[in-house]
Amino acid sequence: MARIAGVDLPKNKRGVVSLTYIYGIGPSRAEEILNSVGVDVHTKVQDWTDDNIKAITTLIQDNFTVEGELRSEIQTNIKRLMDIGCYRGLRHRKGLPLRGQRTQTNARTRKGKRKTVANKKKATK
Amino acid sequence: MARSLKKGPYVFHKLLDKLVKAKESNKKTVIKTWSRSSMIIPDMVGETIAVHNGKTFIPVFITENMVGHKLGEFSPTRSFRGHSGNRK
Repeated sequence: MARIAGVDLPKNKRGVVSLTYIYGIGPSRAEEILNSVGVDVHTKVQDWTDDNIKAITTLIQDNFTVEGELRSEIQTNIKRLMDIGCYRGLRHRKGLPLRGQRTQTNARTRKGKRKTVANKKKATK
Repeated sequence: MARSLKKGPYVFHKLLDKLVKAKESNKKTVIKTWSRSSMIIPDMVGETIAVHNGKTFIPVFITENMVGHKLGEFSPTRSFRGHSGNRK
């Protein structure tokens, strides 16, 4: 079992897919990493040599912010927006979409599950 | 699309004039402006700029963190007071 950046990679999946289990690494980055280390993209994690794992670990450490570090970076960015009181910060505070999307309907990702309002009148015809 | 680097940040020219004047007089005056689309530049840090929101001027004290944002972002144009019957 390979352990990179504090995450256990699933060993019976292809390398590119496995690397995306790390927060901050998606398909394109995973491919980029494996290509620069010289590991075939289709090799399964269980077939990686120890040297491969070591090379991949150092590469990620040197070039990318991942996992906890990335999460805290994002949080500080959001906190900055909220502290300076700009429009995007206000939207973060209210839990509404930031980029001008409609909120009369949809926007469920930001607003969370529907909260039913008691006695809300249906539109009269 | 991002603005061309050659042109530099957009600041309304009259606002720029007012800024220079305020810096010269060295007094803490509130600069009124309607130019919501002007970028906040490092020269503005420490000034108070009253930004129009379509109805009134909202005074905004510029801090270092705000550089790179637009003035209008700090002057909300809508006031949502909550839904009716949402008393608590």
